[in-house]
Amino acid sequence: MVLSVRVPARVGSLRLVRRLVGAAASACGCASQGVRDTVLAVDEACQNVILHAYGEDASGDMLIEIRCDARRLQIDLVDFAPPVDTTRIRPRPLEDLRPGGLGTHFINECMDASEFRTPPRGAGNRLWMAKTIR
Amino acid sequence: MNCEIRNEGDAAVVVLSGDVDLESSPKVRNALLDCVSMKRTVVVDMKSVSYIDSSGVASLVEAFQAARKNNTRFVLAHVSEAAMRVLELARLDKVFRIVDEVADGLGHGD
Repeated sequence: MVLSVRVPARVGSLRLVRRLVGAAASACGCASQGVRDTVLAVDEACQNVILHAYGEDASGDMLIEIRCDARRLQIDLVDFAPPVDTTRIRPRPLEDLRPGGLGTHFINECMDASEFRTPPRGAGNRLWMAKTIR
Repeated sequence: MNCEIRNEGDAAVVVLSGDVDLESSPKVRNALLDCVSMKRTVVVDMKSVSYIDSSGVASLVEAFQAARKNNTRFVLAHVSEAAMRVLELARLDKVFRIVDEVADGLGHGD
């Protein structure tokens, strides 16, 4: 485990999360573009937790855990909100030019793999993301 | 995040710096929409944008669409490498008018 941090699921936490994730990805050996992509993906995933998982009654936490080996960086983002219907989470067509709705697309583009996995007991949702270290 | 507006006649230069994220993008959105509603040309100087996320991109898209309705010229200038990467991920690098320098956006080179 390289990093494990629990923060309030609030907009004000995102800057700290970006700094910590960037430092962890760099410490794991990611090149600079890989670090930026990882930061963006985790930031977007956290935004989804804040805006959609917790919604307007945002009063929970997010747990971010990062681990790596020589080959791959893995990130788990866990929240304690009600379980979401993951079948409804998909990127929108980019040809549809309108504000918003790009978060899932960015996660898919920036990370090599991502999927919702079984959350720990007592948690609501768990998003796992992985990136090959180059 | 800093958002400064510089008036240049019937044009506005909106200088963004720092992180344009979920916390700061509402301020950017409001500034851009105000400028689009009042000016014939809006140039967004993005040289010092160190980070931009989907909410920041959404602000740019909304202003771009408002500019089209308003017949306002809307240009992104001197886009930082970090910001350009995100625009490319969103396939918006071919949608926005993007120039190298603010002066190009103002049409001074025309």
